Amino acid sequence: METNLKHKLMRYMVGNFSCQDIAQLITDYMDGSLTFTERIRFQMHLGLCFACRNYLRQMKYTIATLRQLPPEPVPQHVREELLERFRAWKQRSPQSSVKSETD
Amino acid sequence: MPAYVSLLAPCVCLEGWLFYTRFLLRKPLIVTVRLRIILWFVFGVSSPFQRLLISPSPLTVHDTLKLDEPGLVRALQAGDEQVFAAVMDWYSGSLLRLAMSYVPSRAVAEEVVQETWMGVFEGIHRFESRSSFKTWLFRILTNRAKTRGIRESRYEPSGLSTSSPDADEGPSLEDSLFVAEGSRMGHWKDPPHDWEPDTPERVLLSKECRAAIETAIENLPATQRQVMTLRDIEGVSSEEICNILGISETNQRVLLHRARTKVRRELNPYVQGDNT
Repeated sequence: METNLKHKLMRYMVGNFSCQDIAQLITDYMDGSLTFTERIRFQMHLGLCFACRNYLRQMKYTIATLRQLPPEPVPQHVREELLERFRAWKQRSPQSSVKSETD
Repeated sequence: MPAYVSLLAPCVCLEGWLFYTRFLLRKPLIVTVRLRIILWFVFGVSSPFQRLLISPSPLTVHDTLKLDEPGLVRALQAGDEQVFAAVMDWYSGSLLRLAMSYVPSRAVAEEVVQETWMGVFEGIHRFESRSSFKTWLFRILTNRAKTRGIRESRYEPSGLSTSSPDADEGPSLEDSLFVAEGSRMGHWKDPPHDWEPDTPERVLLSKECRAAIETAIENLPATQRQVMTLRDIEGVSSEEICNILGISETNQRVLLHRARTKVRRELNPYVQGDNT
């Protein structure tokens, strides 16, 4: 009974945004693409719901973790080959640009 | 009228004012921080919910080379090998990661990256700075990777043009996490718990955890993986992603949301409990 009352109260106070809505709108919220009223309703819900606060924090944590992933290692031979090709291009390049100018 | 309703109105007004000042001051965090302080006093919300902030903007290739965008392009056009090597070292890993979402094997992805750099040599004299160098570079990669992926019959271009992103997906992933009916409808079945206060760097030190994240990303549908790679791993802005992948802003957000939800779910067991 007590929890029912709490949820009814929460729903009344936070303008009918349920936890499910919060979970669905969380990317929009972090992107700043919610409308003015949606944003207020979202934040009012967050202010009252510890579970959704945790969820938001977890999402931010996930993003922070992804950002820390190291880049894919590129094999040395690929790098060397590309530099070789770059040098070859550089030697060819002035001729080709002169050519295109004369064309 | 209960006391909390009378307290709610000033909160809403204040939030409105803060939202307005956000445009003037460009301080988005202040909005939630101030609201939280007010709610803390009014409703006794004791847990600070923005303890973990998204990391500040990371270093860019321009910072390391001490060259601005036009300077970088001019150096490449002039054939400066040092600059090229630095740019290549900076972006190749990211390009490789993105290419792997289009083609079936790493070896083919490496070839696509090589082709991309060849495309950069060929096209740098025609680069007119209508988009940033980074966007241009990633667009060359996606074009070449798409062609290659079609040839290797993995990537299906229809995936991006459909109105609903990743039409193969069923209903929203989160549905199973919430109570479907009754007075608690829409509430968490099992409320998310606070994760361990470990830093992401330390979490990634755990081999198991890193493997789980990498696997989760690999298992994402191609379009979700591309958006997540660009946005969350490489830190490309959403407008640039729409340009690179040729998708709408809404599509991009839906794909990103689904991808993040899945990766969060995979990360959950490692950050919660004693596994870390």
